[in-house]
Amino acid sequence: MNLEETVENVAVNLLRFAVTELPKDVKEALQKAYREETSEAGKTQLKAILDNVELAEKTRTPMCQDTGTIIFYVKAGAEVKHLDKIENALRKATRRATTKVPLRPNAVDPFKQKNTGDNTGRNIPYINWEIVAGDTLEITVLPKGGGSENVCTMGMLVPGEGINGLKKFVIDSVIKAGSKPCPPNILGVAIGGGSDIAMKLAKKALLRPLDQPNPDPELAELEKELLEAANSTGIGPMGLGGKITVLGVKIDYAVRHPASYPAAVAFNCWAARRATARIYPDGNAEYLTHKLR
Amino acid sequence: MVTYKLTTPISEEDARKLRVNDVVYITGTIVTARDQAHHRALQFHKEGKELPINFEGLALFHCGPIVKKEGDRWIIVAAGPTTSTRMDIFEDEFIQNFKARVIIGKGGMGKRTTDAMQKYGAVYGAFTGGAAVLAAKAIKSVKTVEWLDLGMPEALWILETEEFGPLTIAIDSHGNNLFEDIKNKTEENRIPIYRKLGIQK
Repeated sequence: MNLEETVENVAVNLLRFAVTELPKDVKEALQKAYREETSEAGKTQLKAILDNVELAEKTRTPMCQDTGTIIFYVKAGAEVKHLDKIENALRKATRRATTKVPLRPNAVDPFKQKNTGDNTGRNIPYINWEIVAGDTLEITVLPKGGGSENVCTMGMLVPGEGINGLKKFVIDSVIKAGSKPCPPNILGVAIGGGSDIAMKLAKKALLRPLDQPNPDPELAELEKELLEAANSTGIGPMGLGGKITVLGVKIDYAVRHPASYPAAVAFNCWAARRATARIYPDGNAEYLTHKLR
Repeated sequence: MVTYKLTTPISEEDARKLRVNDVVYITGTIVTARDQAHHRALQFHKEGKELPINFEGLALFHCGPIVKKEGDRWIIVAAGPTTSTRMDIFEDEFIQNFKARVIIGKGGMGKRTTDAMQKYGAVYGAFTGGAAVLAAKAIKSVKTVEWLDLGMPEALWILETEEFGPLTIAIDSHGNNLFEDIKNKTEENRIPIYRKLGIQK
């Protein structure tokens, strides 16, 4: 097979799937939120979100006009040949999807303030690489909305405050964000490593499906505790009041320097878009989050 | 909470009937305007120049839509609301001078706008952030576009809508501001949440 061509075609499909159809776990979480929300204003918002999601899926139109910054996560099997071609294939796929889906051009030169017009530019789309054993290639796309990105937080906490410092940091971040990140949100939370490592882990944690609790029981408990706390703020859907402010909290960590306690909170909006496919050596692709259509 | 179906032009009396938490659907003319369109409209007013459209009784939508042209027709692809607080510096004068009765956006607006709404009779309707397809569905046609030189997102798109909504009234003409109320309540909840999590303040 021609790996570059296969990756490009698969990635165009992933981008289209991601922006037009939410993964099953997110849809189910929004439906559950609608059932459980008691504030009228909050319920109105969740109903509009569900109607919008259904309409987007049916008409194959982006569910939000902000189709995000394009971020890829690639798990590359060590036996896959021509890995050097993948970056170019993903850039080409992003350009093609921008005109074909269409995606809103969201790549602006930060110095010249000029929009590149095709969602690509220096370091974007960003690719997170992971080398794994085997001969398959797993590609995930995370189109990341700007409203929720603008409230992400990173803090170098005091090690002596320990886990309570983290809890306070997360709740303060949610309260400060208020209506801005288009709640109900998903929170990726990470501690340790270093400033960059914490934020990378926090963002990557957003990829874990909402119906999968943390494999570490203690962290699963902490996820539950923080979810309940965030949903006691009263912010509610779109900040109009209610009990559903957050759909899920996903935690990851790295060991830390004795003097440092880096913490990061990555926010995702209700339009928590992601799509994953696995490419096999024969060129066949298996879509793991969406049905091919 | 009451649900209203309003048709433009909306009178001051109709606008004053609305209370926070009411739900509104609008049929008629809605005009998009972001930062630059607000800026230019106020500039025109100052210089005594006539605006390309009379806003009296219409709804103003904080939105930068994705629009495509088919032949000589414009078609709205996606039209979700943008963050309204950026327009806080213009909106009081805008309401005073042009008498738009409904301001549509997301995230709410501040005290200056709330005061102007109370004084001149206008409301703020929150449309669900990101619900761009739902919005586009209620937009039946693009009547015309003005100030396209500002760029697609910043231009004045004059839209014909049918039951555009649901809009949750978040600021009414009686001085109530739902977003501010929620913010205050959230602040009150902070300490009890800390306590429940075992955090010493």
